[in-house]
Amino acid sequence: MAFTLYSLLQAALLCVNAIAVLHEERFLKNIGWGTDQGIGGFGEEPGIKSQLMNLIRSVRTVMRVPLIIVNSIAIVLLLLFG
Amino acid sequence: MYTAGLAAAGTPRLRKWPSKRRIPVSQPGMADPHQLFDDTSSAQSRGYGAQRAAGGLGYPASSTSSQAAFLADPVSNMAMAYGSSLAAQGKELVDKNIDRFIPVTKLKYYFAVDTVYVGKKLGLLIFPYLHQDWEVQYQQDTPVAPRFDVNAPDLYIPAMAFITYILVAGLALGTQDSARRFSPDLLGLQASSALAWLALEVLAILLSLYLVTINTDLTTIDLVAFLGYKYVGMISGVLMGLLFGKTGYYLVLGWFCISIFVFMIRTLRLKILAEAAAEGVPVRGARNQLRMYLTMAVAAAQPLLMYWLTFHLVR
Repeated sequence: MAFTLYSLLQAALLCVNAIAVLHEERFLKNIGWGTDQGIGGFGEEPGIKSQLMNLIRSVRTVMRVPLIIVNSIAIVLLLLFG
Repeated sequence: MYTAGLAAAGTPRLRKWPSKRRIPVSQPGMADPHQLFDDTSSAQSRGYGAQRAAGGLGYPASSTSSQAAFLADPVSNMAMAYGSSLAAQGKELVDKNIDRFIPVTKLKYYFAVDTVYVGKKLGLLIFPYLHQDWEVQYQQDTPVAPRFDVNAPDLYIPAMAFITYILVAGLALGTQDSARRFSPDLLGLQASSALAWLALEVLAILLSLYLVTINTDLTTIDLVAFLGYKYVGMISGVLMGLLFGKTGYYLVLGWFCISIFVFMIRTLRLKILAEAAAEGVPVRGARNQLRMYLTMAVAAAQPLLMYWLTFHLVR
């Protein structure tokens, strides 16, 4: 089966799900990726790690409600045609 | 609005191509269709005016006809004004909403090409080794249109090459040996697959640009344009494969792979590394190295994708 647009969308959905499922207190704090850790000094260019943490936090904040809707649509579609 | 900018941008080059001199001259000429349109409407209004003038003149003479003209004229004028204002309003609404969803004015820039540019760019894609100046020229903070600068990214070649690639893939699948593998839905599958790879590539580059915190003027459309140039090589490779078999395919595709590697490195280096060099301050080694790796990775992904998207078409 070829790699099509539909599979790309599915993969993107799964990746966003994977980011959103990371728990702040149970997981991220334990590996040193918590909100208050690793904040650089003023005027210092942010490194890759702080950018990643920023991305994870943003995804977890913004995508919470949309993910519920998109996931339920995907579930219904898979049940009907999958 | 850009054409004015283009004309201004073209002035330094006028010495080179006298033919370009016509562009500013044709600027009023460009307005000609508009003028024509205005003319018809003004002729109409002139007709109304004439009618009105006749009515006005006739007013003292015959009261009945002037009465009719008097009644008919303001109403029709008002209706016309109302209608035109409504149309203008609707047009403005559509313009605003289209601009919100699709950056039309930005997209226009990428399609401002002409035959000379397309020929030069294709030549550059085939043989980028002797080209010296890779800098995109700027005219007052806005990049010069592709028509006047070979280095500017355009979307015309990628779009056409993408469509051609799909058709060529269909041709290759249809003309192959005993197994007739072609069916119409394969075209859609090819298109979907190529689009998915393109989207994946763009997303990966955007993510890595974000992670390395590179402030570059490289927009998403720029990325699509640069990544779309690889379809030219893929088309040539598959066509050669159809004509001369596997040997021709590998020779031509190999040549195009090396060419596009050089092309991408020389183009992206200016976009990704330029900011670091322009800052003047000695850039920390690690960061600069990351940018270099990123440039190399983007360029190295092109040959791989070119092979991956075409190897099943030739046998």
